[in-house]
Formats: sequence, structure tokens, C-alpha cells
Amino acid sequence: MTIRESKKKWLACGVGLLWFLILLWPMLGITPDGLEFGNTLKVFGYVAVAALIIMLFYQVQQAGRLEAAERPLKAVGGAIQAAYEKTPTWMVLAVVFALAVIYPLLTGRYAHDVAIQVLVYVCLGLGLNIVIGLAGLLDLGYIAFYGVGAYTYALMSLHFGLSFWLCLPVSAFFAAIAGCIIGYPTLRMRGDYLAIVTLGFGEIVRIILNNWMALTNGPNGILSIPRPEIFGYSFRSLSSMYYVILGIAIVTIISVYRLNYSRIGRAWEAIREDETAAELMGVNTFLLKLLAYAMGATFAGFAGAFFAARMKFVGPESFTFLESAMVLAMVILGGMGSIPGVILGVLALVALPEVFRELELYRMLVFGGVMTLMMLVRPAGIWPAKRVGRRSEEAE
Amino acid sequence: MANLILDDICVRFGGLQALTDVAFTVNEGEVVGLIGPNGAGKTTVFNVITGVYKASSGKVSYDGTTITGLRPYQVLSMGVARTFQNIRLFQNMTALENCMVAQHSRSRTGVVGAVLRSPGQRREEAKIIEESRRALEFMGLGKVMDEVASNLPYGHQRRLEIARALASEPKTILLDEPAAGLNPAESMELMRDIGRITELGINVLMVEHDMKVVMGICNRIVVLDHGVMIAEGLPEDIQRNPDVIEAYLGQ
Repeated sequence: MTIRESKKKWLACGVGLLWFLILLWPMLGITPDGLEFGNTLKVFGYVAVAALIIMLFYQVQQAGRLEAAERPLKAVGGAIQAAYEKTPTWMVLAVVFALAVIYPLLTGRYAHDVAIQVLVYVCLGLGLNIVIGLAGLLDLGYIAFYGVGAYTYALMSLHFGLSFWLCLPVSAFFAAIAGCIIGYPTLRMRGDYLAIVTLGFGEIVRIILNNWMALTNGPNGILSIPRPEIFGYSFRSLSSMYYVILGIAIVTIISVYRLNYSRIGRAWEAIREDETAAELMGVNTFLLKLLAYAMGATFAGFAGAFFAARMKFVGPESFTFLESAMVLAMVILGGMGSIPGVILGVLALVALPEVFRELELYRMLVFGGVMTLMMLVRPAGIWPAKRVGRRSEEAE
Repeated sequence: MANLILDDICVRFGGLQALTDVAFTVNEGEVVGLIGPNGAGKTTVFNVITGVYKASSGKVSYDGTTITGLRPYQVLSMGVARTFQNIRLFQNMTALENCMVAQHSRSRTGVVGAVLRSPGQRREEAKIIEESRRALEFMGLGKVMDEVASNLPYGHQRRLEIARALASEPKTILLDEPAAGLNPAESMELMRDIGRITELGINVLMVEHDMKVVMGICNRIVVLDHGVMIAEGLPEDIQRNPDVIEAYLGQ
């Protein structure tokens, strides 16, 4: 790196810090007691020192002074990569599966709770991944189907005493019907318009749940929903519920994977790439877009039924727009259209905040920062989608 | 029997008369060229045949069945496939996958079959890959079938468009300026390929500006100008037709 380039980087860093100060001061400096500078300067000082140290480190690294320290690290990374590529996929999957099965035996209650939450979001994320990642339809009201699934199980089990296992497919079916009802009028729209309309429909579902007192008990929600049972064994403990959602998640992963690599998955991807060309190449685009909605909703329905059984309570405030946005963020952060990517995205947004619970105050700050950084560094997500065959990026 | 018959097709966009009483046929085993100055309505004819636009009046029939009013995917499943003037491949999919999409209308498996991977689905999938490979190899793209479409060189992308259309097992293929942007050597190769396509028993209707290609391979030529058919006939006759010369060069 020449001196000139290096100067440019330092200048950018300086401008960034100045901008940060301008944004920071109104937040910390304007108090009810009047204007204040000490606190702002203190926080700014920490950030500036950290930024300058990182910058210095980066410059030294760019100049090649750190090679001695980097080489062994790179060698280890390369060895892991090579070992991963050599092991057959089924072996990797078997290890992951075994870890998932023995996980509750090694951890405590709190960890079970986090794991259950992760798996619920895996189902939701993979369902939304069909709609957004494969068919390329931006859906901002996705959580509505989760709500439909949850309320279906809650009402069915309370009023008719039906078992969880019977209600699971019924919930998925009702959610799929809801998907078709919402999809049918909206799918004539494309892009931004579709996003706005789905956002509206998502809110409509939540408001119905909130106001239809006779059916849903309104904002009070539905209480004492039974846990699943099988042959007299009741899934009371958290760890047993973990296995239920693990099963649902595995079924979801396999189904989505197989759909992805079938003629239906290819047709969805063709629609995402070029809708007109797909129609002219023999794809009934309207039917397949509707199917994408229905399939996405199906998996949300599974997750919703489980959610109702796990919480023993459903209320409309679980299905707000913020939840839709979270699931969307997971899909985009992980990599649209990629199954391992979506799972990583869920882990990043559900498990990591739990791990760093002490820093809860800064969660949203970090969240925004990470999203911005991702868009700069890896715009296609943590683990971008890869289709069959050789991709040119690998050939290079 | 694969006859494409256009019967007095008119298309109006608001006050603009895009096509007026266009009527011609493409018979079995024929290569028909559709030429005319820019804006004459050549691509509009393609869009009417494939169901993208609705004809204001007149009808298109294929194999004795009326296909006006059908959706584009239904027209394709009847056996009429097309390519695009400005390349419209599925950019992020591999060459093979592009062709596999075209097999959509020739396969049946639904969601349940796909999720359960039933034996029927596996057999069908194998057949889809087989047909797609055949189409790619026919167009000389066997070596690049796992490349992503957007990374292929321009000439290959043009050929892939034709391969994708062939992968849908058509009986008639509509080529919209297949030689656009190709160098003379590539154009010659394209002419040979179109010849081989007709040998498969597929008839061809093509829009083309490269007169060498048009005169070289077309059995019959239809000339459009401002949406009106001004001539139809053998290549030699068209070259001498004063109306055609006037349309191209002006008086």
C-alpha cells in the first residue's frame, strides 16, 4: 500500500469519527438539565481510541508486518477447510445430528429454552426462505401464518380436545389456506407493492386476533393450552419439548431441501430470476407463486402449533410486525435461498444475544452495526446459496 | 403435423395499430424468416403467438387448435418454444438448470412427490436431466453445462437460449434475432445449427436482420412494415421485390 492510499484510509477514518461525534452528542449531550459535554466526550474518547487502534492494526497488517503471526493461523484454517471438504456430507450431518440429540443431556434448563427458540425460528426462517429466497417474493406479513398455526392448535385442542399430533397437520393446512387467501389477490403485484400489501395483510390478521373476542378472547389471549401427549406420555419437561421441535425442524429442513432440488424449486428460482421468461418457458407462474406462499405458510403453521403448545398461551402480541422483520433479518443475514445460511442466521440473531445477555443495553446498536457490516462485507449473506454443479467463484 | 397458422391478426395498443391483418403460415419442416425495418412489429408477432399480448382480432391456431387466449406456459406445452431478442436467461442458474426449467411443462411431480422423493419423481428427474443434457450437447454446450449462465461468453449465452427452448421438446421454435451480436464465423455456425434443428423435425420461424443468414436458410420470407405484411415469398423473389427495397432503403 502506498503512502497515498494509506492517507486516504486515515482521512476516511477521521471523517467517520467526526460524523459519529455529531450523531452521538444530541443523544448523550442534550439532557433535561441543559447541555452537557463531558459524558459525550468520554464515550467518544473510548470509541475513537478503539477505532484508531483497529486502524493502526489494519495498516500494519496491510503492510505485511504481521505475516509471521498470520502464517500459522492461515495454515490451521486451511487444514480445517481441507478436512471438511474431505469428510463426506453424511458424516458431517451425522455429527451435527448426534450433537443435537445429546444436547439436552449436557445442558441446563435455560439452554434448552434458547435451543427451542432457535429451532422454532429455524422452521420460520426456512419457510420464509421459500417465499423470499427461492420464489423472490418479498413478504413482510409472514408472521401472520405463524399466528394462524398457533391459534388453530390452541382453539382445536381447547374446544374439541384434539391431540397435538392431529392438530399439527391441521394447523399447517389452515396456515396454507391463509397463505392462499392472502396470496390470491396480492400476487398480481410485484416487488415493493407486494411488500406493502403483505405488510398490511399481516397486520389485518393480528388485528383480527386482537379484536375477535368471541373466538380468540382478544388481547387476553388463550390460556392453559395442553402440552402434546403420546401413548399416555406427556411432554411436560422442556427437554422433551426440545425433541418435539427438533423433529419438526428436521422434517422442515429435509422437505425444504428436497423441494429446492425438484422441478418445483427450479421453477421458483426461475420466477425469481425472470418471471416473464419463466412463464414463456412453461412455468405456470401464478400457480407456483401461490404454491410458494402456501408452502412457506405450511412450515410457519407447524412452528405456530408448536409455539402454542410450548408456551401454553397464545396472545396477539406474539405476532407483531417486529417478528416478521426479525425472521426476514435472519433469512437475509444468513443468505437467501441457502438452508445452512438460514440456520446460521437464526443462530446469530437468537442464540448470540442470549449468550451476551449482560450487554443487552447495546443489543440494538450491535444489531444495526452487524447488519451494515454484513451488507458491506458479505452482501449475499453468511453462507450464500449454492446450486448443483460448479460455480465460477470456486473455479477462480 | 405441426402447422402454425396466423389468421388476420390485428393488435392495437391504445390508438397505435401495431399489427394489421397479418396472416401467414409456418408449415411442417419449414424455416420461415420474418423481416422488416425496426419497429415493424416482428417481435409483436412473436408475443401474440406465445400469448404475451392478446390479439385485438384474428386468431392463431396450431395443429388445428386455436391458441389465441392461452397463457404463455400453455402455448409452450402445446409445443411452441421461443428465444428472446435481448437475452433473458435465468442468470444465477447453471446452463443445465436453465434447460431443466424448460422441462417443467413436460413433468408432473407435485409437492408430495418432491418431498417424499418417490420412485416416480426420481425417474422423472433423471429424464429431465437426460433431456436437458441432450439439448445442451446438441447446441455444443456440453462442456459448460455446470457454469452459471451470467458467466458464459455472449455467443454461448445466445446458444444457451436456443438450447433452453429445445429442452422443452418443441415442435416449432421461434427465434428472435438469434444472430444479433455474433461475428461472421459464429453466424455461419448458427446457420448450420438451425439446419440441424429442422432435421429434428422442428419447424422454425425466425426474426433476423442479418440478410446473409435469412437468405441462406429460409424457405420462405414474410416482410412486415409498420405492422402490415408487404410481401411474402421465396428469398430470391423478396430480394427483387420493389416494395421491400423501398421499405428498407426509402424511395
